Amino acid sequence: MAEMDVSSGGGHKKGPGVKKGKKLSTRVDLTPMVDLGFLLITFFMFTTTLSKPKTMEINMPNKEKIEEKDQTKVKESVAFTVLLSREHRIYYYEGLASDPTKPPELKITYFKPKDGIRDAIIDKKKRIEEQRRQDPTLTAKDQLTVLIKPDANSTYEDLVNILDEMAINDVKIYAIVDITDVDREFIQSTEQANTGAQ
Amino acid sequence: MPKVKMPRKSTNVDMTAMCDVAFLLLTFFMLATKFKPDEPVTVVTPNSISEIMIPDVDIMLLTIDPKGRVFFSVDNKNNTRKNLIEDVNEYKGLNLTPQEMAQFTNGASVGVPFNQLKSYLAADPVQQKEYDKQTSGIPTDTVNTSDQNELAAWIRMARNSNPKLRIAIKADGDANYPEIKKVIRTLENWKIYKFNLITGLKAVPPGTAAYEIQNAGMKPQ
Repeated sequence: MAEMDVSSGGGHKKGPGVKKGKKLSTRVDLTPMVDLGFLLITFFMFTTTLSKPKTMEINMPNKEKIEEKDQTKVKESVAFTVLLSREHRIYYYEGLASDPTKPPELKITYFKPKDGIRDAIIDKKKRIEEQRRQDPTLTAKDQLTVLIKPDANSTYEDLVNILDEMAINDVKIYAIVDITDVDREFIQSTEQANTGAQ
Repeated sequence: MPKVKMPRKSTNVDMTAMCDVAFLLLTFFMLATKFKPDEPVTVVTPNSISEIMIPDVDIMLLTIDPKGRVFFSVDNKNNTRKNLIEDVNEYKGLNLTPQEMAQFTNGASVGVPFNQLKSYLAADPVQQKEYDKQTSGIPTDTVNTSDQNELAAWIRMARNSNPKLRIAIKADGDANYPEIKKVIRTLENWKIYKFNLITGLKAVPPGTAAYEIQNAGMKPQ
Protein backbone atom coordinates (compact mmCIF):
# COMPACT_ATOMS: atom_id res chain seq x y z
CA MET A 1 0.00 0.00 0.00
CA ALA A 2 2.67 2.42 0.94
CA GLU A 3 4.73 2.12 -2.17
CA MET A 4 6.13 5.25 -3.64
CA ASP A 5 5.19 6.13 -7.13
CA VAL A 6 8.37 6.34 -9.05
CA SER A 7 7.20 5.64 -12.56
CA SER A 8 6.06 9.09 -13.36
CA GLY A 9 8.27 12.06 -13.77
CA GLY A 10 11.51 12.22 -15.60
CA GLY A 11 10.28 13.12 -19.03
CA HIS A 12 13.24 15.28 -19.82
CA LYS A 13 16.12 13.86 -21.63
CA LYS A 14 19.20 15.85 -21.83
CA GLY A 15 22.37 15.06 -23.55
CA PRO A 16 24.12 11.76 -23.11
CA GLY A 17 26.59 13.17 -20.70
CA VAL A 18 24.07 14.34 -18.21
CA LYS A 19 23.71 12.14 -15.18
CA LYS A 20 20.18 11.08 -14.62
CA GLY A 21 19.25 11.75 -11.03
CA LYS A 22 16.22 9.64 -10.39
CA LYS A 23 13.40 11.95 -9.60
CA LEU A 24 11.27 10.63 -6.78
CA SER A 25 7.66 11.60 -6.78
CA THR A 26 6.46 13.47 -3.76
CA ARG A 27 3.16 11.65 -3.84
CA VAL A 28 2.43 9.54 -0.81
CA ASP A 29 -0.37 7.05 -0.52
CA LEU A 30 -2.78 8.66 1.87
CA THR A 31 -5.14 5.71 2.34
CA PRO A 32 -3.90 4.62 5.78
CA MET A 33 -4.03 8.18 7.01
CA VAL A 34 -7.60 8.55 5.82
CA ASP A 35 -8.45 5.25 7.49
CA LEU A 36 -7.04 6.47 10.73
CA GLY A 37 -8.81 9.79 10.39
CA PHE A 38 -12.19 8.22 9.92
CA LEU A 39 -11.60 5.75 12.72
CA LEU A 40 -10.98 8.62 15.10
CA ILE A 41 -13.97 10.52 13.78
CA THR A 42 -16.19 7.55 14.46
CA PHE A 43 -14.80 7.27 17.96
CA PHE A 44 -15.39 10.91 18.77
CA MET A 45 -18.82 10.86 17.22
CA PHE A 46 -19.91 8.05 19.47
CA THR A 47 -18.45 9.42 22.64
CA THR A 48 -19.50 12.99 22.14
CA THR A 49 -22.46 14.54 23.89
CA LEU A 50 -23.38 17.31 21.59
CA SER A 51 -26.89 17.91 22.76
CA LYS A 52 -26.81 19.22 26.24
CA PRO A 53 -29.79 18.25 28.35
CA LYS A 54 -32.52 20.84 28.56
CA THR A 55 -34.27 21.90 31.68
CA MET A 56 -37.65 23.19 32.60
CA GLU A 57 -37.93 25.71 35.36
CA ILE A 58 -40.40 25.18 38.08
CA ASN A 59 -41.56 27.56 40.73
CA MET A 60 -43.16 26.19 43.82
CA PRO A 61 -45.49 28.45 45.75
CA ASN A 62 -43.78 30.27 48.56
CA LYS A 63 -45.38 28.97 51.69
CA GLU A 64 -44.50 31.40 54.41
CA LYS A 65 -44.49 34.94 53.12
CA ILE A 66 -48.06 35.18 51.97
CA GLU A 67 -50.48 36.25 54.64
CA GLU A 68 -54.05 35.16 54.67
CA LYS A 69 -55.43 38.47 53.44
CA ASP A 70 -53.05 38.66 50.50
CA GLN A 71 -53.86 35.25 49.28
CA THR A 72 -55.99 35.14 46.24
CA LYS A 73 -58.63 32.54 46.41
CA VAL A 74 -59.01 30.57 43.27
CA LYS A 75 -62.46 31.00 41.86
CA GLU A 76 -64.43 27.85 41.44
CA SER A 77 -65.30 28.76 37.87
CA VAL A 78 -61.72 29.02 36.63
CA ALA A 79 -60.28 26.10 38.54
CA PHE A 80 -59.39 22.84 36.90
CA THR A 81 -58.14 19.99 39.01
CA VAL A 82 -55.97 17.24 37.61
CA LEU A 83 -55.26 14.10 39.60
CA LEU A 84 -52.40 11.91 38.49
CA SER A 85 -52.72 8.28 39.39
CA ARG A 86 -51.43 4.79 38.66
CA GLU A 87 -50.59 3.55 35.18
CA HIS A 88 -50.34 7.11 33.85
CA ARG A 89 -54.04 7.63 34.37
CA ILE A 90 -55.32 11.16 34.74
CA TYR A 91 -58.53 12.03 36.52
CA TYR A 92 -59.75 15.54 36.09
CA TYR A 93 -62.69 17.63 37.11
CA GLU A 94 -63.70 21.25 36.88
CA GLY A 95 -63.75 23.36 39.98
CA LEU A 96 -62.21 22.69 43.35
CA ALA A 97 -64.61 20.14 44.82
CA SER A 98 -64.90 22.33 47.90
CA ASP A 99 -68.60 21.67 48.21
CA PRO A 100 -69.09 18.15 49.54
CA THR A 101 -72.77 18.08 48.70
CA LYS A 102 -72.03 18.51 45.00
CA PRO A 103 -69.28 16.11 44.05
CA PRO A 104 -67.75 16.99 40.69
CA GLU A 105 -67.93 14.79 37.70
CA LEU A 106 -64.69 12.91 37.47
CA LYS A 107 -63.35 12.03 34.05
CA ILE A 108 -60.52 9.70 33.14
CA THR A 109 -58.05 10.36 30.40
CA TYR A 110 -54.44 9.75 29.45
CA PHE A 111 -51.56 11.66 27.94
CA LYS A 112 -52.27 11.32 24.28
CA PRO A 113 -52.30 13.67 21.34
CA LYS A 114 -56.02 13.35 20.60
CA ASP A 115 -58.87 13.50 23.10
CA GLY A 116 -56.41 13.41 25.93
CA ILE A 117 -55.80 15.84 28.74
CA ARG A 118 -54.62 18.45 26.26
CA ASP A 119 -57.99 18.76 24.60
CA ALA A 120 -59.67 18.97 27.97
CA ILE A 121 -57.43 21.86 28.98
CA ILE A 122 -57.87 23.67 25.68
CA ASP A 123 -61.62 23.25 25.93
CA LYS A 124 -61.73 24.62 29.47
CA LYS A 125 -59.52 27.54 28.50
CA LYS A 126 -61.83 28.46 25.66
CA ARG A 127 -64.88 28.34 27.86
CA ILE A 128 -63.28 30.60 30.44
CA GLU A 129 -62.44 33.13 27.76
CA GLU A 130 -66.03 32.96 26.60
CA GLN A 131 -67.23 33.56 30.13
CA ARG A 132 -64.96 36.53 30.54
CA ARG A 133 -66.41 38.15 27.47
CA GLN A 134 -69.94 37.78 28.74
CA ASP A 135 -69.48 38.45 32.40
CA PRO A 136 -67.90 41.86 33.11
CA THR A 137 -67.27 41.00 36.77
CA LEU A 138 -64.54 38.65 35.68
CA THR A 139 -61.25 40.44 35.12
CA ALA A 140 -58.18 39.49 33.17
CA LYS A 141 -56.85 38.00 36.37
CA ASP A 142 -59.44 35.28 36.27
CA GLN A 143 -57.49 32.89 34.17
CA LEU A 144 -57.57 29.18 33.96
CA THR A 145 -55.94 27.84 37.10
CA VAL A 146 -54.81 24.25 37.03
CA LEU A 147 -54.24 22.39 40.25
CA ILE A 148 -51.99 19.39 39.79
CA LYS A 149 -52.35 16.72 42.42
CA PRO A 150 -50.13 13.71 41.91
CA ASP A 151 -51.01 10.76 44.11
CA ALA A 152 -48.66 8.17 45.58
CA ASN A 153 -48.95 5.86 42.57
CA SER A 154 -47.97 8.39 39.95
CA THR A 155 -44.50 8.65 38.51
CA TYR A 156 -42.16 11.51 37.83
CA GLU A 157 -42.86 11.16 34.14
CA ASP A 158 -46.52 12.01 34.73
CA LEU A 159 -45.51 15.11 36.62
CA VAL A 160 -43.18 16.30 33.89
CA ASN A 161 -45.76 15.50 31.25
CA ILE A 162 -48.48 17.50 32.92
CA LEU A 163 -46.11 20.42 33.53
CA ASP A 164 -45.23 20.18 29.88
CA GLU A 165 -48.90 20.34 28.96
CA MET A 166 -49.07 23.59 30.91
CA ALA A 167 -46.27 24.97 28.76
CA ILE A 168 -47.77 23.57 25.57
CA ASN A 169 -51.18 25.04 26.21
CA ASP A 170 -49.86 28.28 27.63
CA VAL A 171 -51.55 27.92 30.99
CA LYS A 172 -50.18 30.77 33.07
CA ILE A 173 -51.34 29.75 36.50
CA TYR A 174 -50.79 26.28 37.82
CA ALA A 175 -49.61 24.71 41.02
CA ILE A 176 -48.53 21.36 42.30
CA VAL A 177 -50.65 20.67 45.32
CA ASP A 178 -50.78 17.82 47.79
CA ILE A 179 -53.56 15.40 47.14
CA THR A 180 -56.39 15.50 49.63
CA ASP A 181 -58.35 12.65 51.16
CA VAL A 182 -61.39 13.79 49.24
CA ASP A 183 -59.55 13.40 45.97
CA ARG A 184 -58.24 10.00 46.97
CA GLU A 185 -61.81 8.91 47.61
CA PHE A 186 -62.84 10.21 44.20
CA ILE A 187 -60.18 8.09 42.56
CA GLN A 188 -61.07 5.07 44.59
CA SER A 189 -64.77 5.23 43.94
CA THR A 190 -64.18 5.77 40.24
CA GLU A 191 -61.83 2.84 40.09
CA GLN A 192 -64.33 0.66 41.87
CA ALA A 193 -67.14 1.73 39.62
CA ASN A 194 -65.02 0.90 36.60
CA THR A 195 -63.97 -2.54 37.77
CA GLY A 196 -67.58 -3.26 38.68
CA ALA A 197 -68.77 -2.35 35.24
CA GLN A 198 -66.36 -4.63 33.47
CA MET B 1 -10.79 -0.11 -39.10
CA PRO B 2 -8.33 0.27 -36.36
CA LYS B 3 -9.54 -0.49 -32.92
CA VAL B 4 -10.04 2.50 -30.72
CA LYS B 5 -7.88 2.04 -27.73
CA MET B 6 -9.33 3.22 -24.54
CA PRO B 7 -6.64 4.92 -22.58
CA ARG B 8 -6.04 2.99 -19.37
CA LYS B 9 -6.73 5.09 -16.43
CA SER B 10 -4.97 4.55 -13.19
CA THR B 11 -7.15 3.32 -10.35
CA ASN B 12 -5.26 5.45 -7.92
CA VAL B 13 -7.36 8.26 -6.60
CA ASP B 14 -5.97 11.34 -5.07
CA MET B 15 -6.66 10.93 -1.39
CA THR B 16 -5.59 14.39 -0.37
CA ALA B 17 -9.02 15.95 -0.52
CA MET B 18 -10.64 13.12 1.38
CA CYS B 19 -7.91 13.29 3.95
CA ASP B 20 -8.48 16.99 4.36
CA VAL B 21 -12.16 16.47 5.01
CA ALA B 22 -11.53 13.61 7.40
CA PHE B 23 -9.17 15.60 9.52
CA LEU B 24 -11.34 18.67 9.43
CA LEU B 25 -14.19 16.62 10.85
CA LEU B 26 -11.85 14.99 13.31
CA THR B 27 -10.69 18.35 14.59
CA PHE B 28 -14.27 19.50 14.92
CA PHE B 29 -15.33 16.49 16.93
CA MET B 30 -12.26 16.63 19.12
CA LEU B 31 -12.91 20.22 20.01
CA ALA B 32 -16.66 19.82 20.38
CA THR B 33 -16.46 16.68 22.47
CA LYS B 34 -17.13 16.71 26.11
CA PHE B 35 -16.85 13.29 27.59
CA LYS B 36 -19.86 12.00 29.37
CA PRO B 37 -19.25 12.20 33.09
CA ASP B 38 -19.34 8.90 34.86
CA GLU B 39 -22.80 8.57 36.27
CA PRO B 40 -23.39 6.22 39.15
CA VAL B 41 -26.77 5.22 37.77
CA THR B 42 -28.39 5.45 34.40
CA VAL B 43 -31.36 7.75 34.42
CA VAL B 44 -33.76 8.20 31.53
CA THR B 45 -35.32 11.60 31.87
CA PRO B 46 -38.78 12.39 30.51
CA ASN B 47 -39.09 14.80 27.62
CA SER B 48 -40.52 18.26 27.53
CA ILE B 49 -40.76 21.10 25.05
CA SER B 50 -38.66 23.37 27.24
CA GLU B 51 -35.46 24.60 25.62
CA ILE B 52 -33.68 26.21 28.52
CA MET B 53 -30.04 25.23 28.64
CA ILE B 54 -28.55 24.02 31.83
CA PRO B 55 -25.45 25.94 32.91
CA ASP B 56 -22.19 24.08 33.44
CA VAL B 57 -21.15 25.78 36.62
CA ASP B 58 -22.88 26.74 39.83
CA ILE B 59 -25.13 23.78 39.57
CA MET B 60 -26.17 21.24 42.14
CA LEU B 61 -27.48 18.06 40.63
CA LEU B 62 -29.84 15.74 42.46
CA THR B 63 -30.17 12.49 40.58
CA ILE B 64 -33.07 10.21 41.39
CA ASP B 65 -32.97 6.74 39.89
CA PRO B 66 -36.00 4.52 39.07
CA LYS B 67 -35.93 2.98 42.54
CA GLY B 68 -36.10 6.40 44.13
CA ARG B 69 -32.53 6.51 45.37
CA VAL B 70 -31.08 9.99 45.58
CA PHE B 71 -27.58 10.88 44.44
CA PHE B 72 -25.96 14.21 45.06
CA SER B 73 -23.46 16.05 42.94
CA VAL B 74 -22.09 19.56 42.61
CA ASP B 75 -19.62 21.15 40.22
CA ASN B 76 -16.14 21.99 41.40
CA LYS B 77 -15.94 25.66 40.48
CA ASN B 78 -13.88 27.61 43.00
CA ASN B 79 -13.18 24.39 44.88
CA THR B 80 -16.80 23.96 45.91
CA ARG B 81 -16.41 20.22 46.26
CA LYS B 82 -13.24 20.53 48.31
CA ASN B 83 -14.79 23.02 50.72
CA LEU B 84 -17.94 20.96 50.87
CA ILE B 85 -16.21 17.73 51.87
CA GLU B 86 -14.19 19.59 54.49
CA ASP B 87 -17.42 20.96 55.91
CA VAL B 88 -19.03 17.55 55.87
CA ASN B 89 -16.00 16.03 57.54
CA GLU B 90 -16.02 18.57 60.30
CA TYR B 91 -19.75 18.72 60.84
CA LYS B 92 -20.37 15.01 60.80
CA GLY B 93 -17.07 14.01 62.43
CA LEU B 94 -16.17 11.49 59.77
CA ASN B 95 -12.35 11.57 60.25
CA LEU B 96 -11.70 11.52 56.52
CA THR B 97 -8.09 11.37 55.40
CA PRO B 98 -6.80 13.91 52.84
CA GLN B 99 -6.76 11.13 50.23
CA GLU B 100 -10.41 10.36 50.83
CA MET B 101 -11.27 14.02 50.56
CA ALA B 102 -9.35 14.24 47.30
CA GLN B 103 -11.31 11.25 46.09
CA PHE B 104 -14.53 13.15 46.71
CA THR B 105 -13.20 16.31 45.09
CA ASN B 106 -12.32 14.49 41.89
CA GLY B 107 -15.29 12.14 41.92
CA ALA B 108 -18.79 12.40 40.56
CA SER B 109 -22.10 11.86 42.33
CA VAL B 110 -22.33 10.30 45.74
CA GLY B 111 -25.31 8.37 46.96
CA VAL B 112 -24.37 6.87 50.30
CA PRO B 113 -25.43 7.83 53.81
CA PHE B 114 -22.91 9.76 55.88
CA ASN B 115 -21.98 6.76 58.00
CA GLN B 116 -20.83 4.87 54.89
CA LEU B 117 -19.15 7.84 53.26
CA LYS B 118 -15.68 7.10 54.66
CA SER B 119 -15.56 3.52 53.46
CA TYR B 120 -17.08 4.58 50.13
CA LEU B 121 -14.39 7.18 49.53
CA ALA B 122 -11.64 4.82 50.65
CA ALA B 123 -12.73 2.22 48.11
CA ASP B 124 -11.29 1.99 44.62
CA PRO B 125 -13.43 2.84 41.57
CA VAL B 126 -14.49 -0.77 40.97
CA GLN B 127 -15.66 -1.19 44.53
CA GLN B 128 -17.39 2.18 44.35
CA LYS B 129 -19.42 0.91 41.42
CA GLU B 130 -20.51 -2.01 43.58
CA TYR B 131 -21.44 0.43 46.31
CA ASP B 132 -23.52 2.44 43.87
CA LYS B 133 -25.46 -0.67 42.92
CA GLN B 134 -26.31 -1.61 46.48
CA THR B 135 -26.63 1.72 48.21
CA SER B 136 -29.95 3.01 49.42
CA GLY B 137 -29.08 6.50 48.24
CA ILE B 138 -28.92 9.60 50.37
CA PRO B 139 -31.63 9.35 53.02
CA THR B 140 -34.39 11.91 52.54
CA ASP B 141 -37.39 12.89 54.54
CA THR B 142 -40.11 15.49 54.45
CA VAL B 143 -38.81 17.25 57.55
CA ASN B 144 -35.46 18.98 57.44
CA THR B 145 -34.69 19.08 61.12
CA SER B 146 -34.55 15.35 61.57
CA ASP B 147 -31.21 13.56 61.33
CA GLN B 148 -32.82 11.21 58.88
CA ASN B 149 -32.84 13.87 56.22
CA GLU B 150 -29.23 13.79 55.13
CA LEU B 151 -30.08 15.37 51.80
CA ALA B 152 -31.05 18.51 53.67
CA ALA B 153 -27.62 18.57 55.32
CA TRP B 154 -25.89 18.11 51.96
CA ILE B 155 -27.86 20.92 50.38
CA ARG B 156 -27.24 23.28 53.24
CA MET B 157 -23.51 22.67 53.31
CA ALA B 158 -23.20 22.88 49.53
CA ARG B 159 -24.96 26.22 49.55
CA ASN B 160 -22.61 27.35 52.28
CA SER B 161 -19.59 26.68 50.12
CA ASN B 162 -21.19 28.19 47.03
CA PRO B 163 -24.22 30.43 47.64
CA LYS B 164 -24.87 30.90 43.93
CA LEU B 165 -25.73 27.26 43.38
CA ARG B 166 -28.74 26.51 41.27
CA ILE B 167 -30.51 23.28 41.81
CA ALA B 168 -31.36 20.79 39.13
CA ILE B 169 -33.30 17.60 39.63
CA LYS B 170 -32.57 14.81 37.22
CA ALA B 171 -35.01 12.06 37.88
CA ASP B 172 -35.94 8.94 36.00
CA GLY B 173 -39.37 8.91 34.41
CA ASP B 174 -40.29 5.79 36.34
CA ALA B 175 -39.37 7.16 39.74
CA ASN B 176 -42.36 7.25 42.03
CA TYR B 177 -43.83 10.61 42.87
CA PRO B 178 -43.51 10.27 46.67
CA GLU B 179 -39.72 10.10 46.32
CA ILE B 180 -39.73 13.23 44.19
CA LYS B 181 -42.02 14.89 46.66
CA LYS B 182 -39.58 14.23 49.50
CA VAL B 183 -36.82 15.95 47.57
CA ILE B 184 -39.03 18.88 46.59
CA ARG B 185 -40.26 19.21 50.17
CA THR B 186 -36.68 19.26 51.42
CA LEU B 187 -35.87 22.07 49.00
CA GLU B 188 -38.98 23.97 50.02
CA ASN B 189 -38.01 23.69 53.64
CA TRP B 190 -34.76 25.43 52.83
CA LYS B 191 -36.84 28.12 51.12
CA ILE B 192 -35.77 27.05 47.66
CA TYR B 193 -38.85 27.51 45.56
CA LYS B 194 -37.23 27.75 42.18
CA PHE B 195 -35.35 24.90 40.65
CA ASN B 196 -34.83 23.10 37.37
CA LEU B 197 -36.01 19.74 36.21
CA ILE B 198 -33.72 18.17 33.65
CA THR B 199 -35.61 16.82 30.68
CA GLY B 200 -34.96 15.67 27.18
CA LEU B 201 -36.22 17.64 24.25
CA LYS B 202 -39.33 16.91 22.27
CA ALA B 203 -40.98 18.82 19.48
CA VAL B 204 -43.81 21.19 20.18
CA PRO B 205 -47.02 19.55 18.95
CA PRO B 206 -48.56 21.55 16.12
CA GLY B 207 -51.85 23.32 16.61
CA THR B 208 -51.28 24.19 20.23
CA ALA B 209 -50.78 27.51 21.96
CA ALA B 210 -47.05 26.96 22.44
CA TYR B 211 -46.69 26.12 18.77
CA GLU B 212 -48.30 29.36 17.74
CA ILE B 213 -46.14 31.37 20.11
CA GLN B 214 -43.03 29.72 18.79
CA ASN B 215 -43.91 30.33 15.17
CA ALA B 216 -45.12 33.87 15.77
CA GLY B 217 -41.70 34.75 17.13
CA MET B 218 -39.98 33.38 14.07
CA LYS B 219 -42.04 35.11 11.43
CA PRO B 220 -40.40 38.25 10.13
CA GLN B 221 -42.81 41.11 10.36
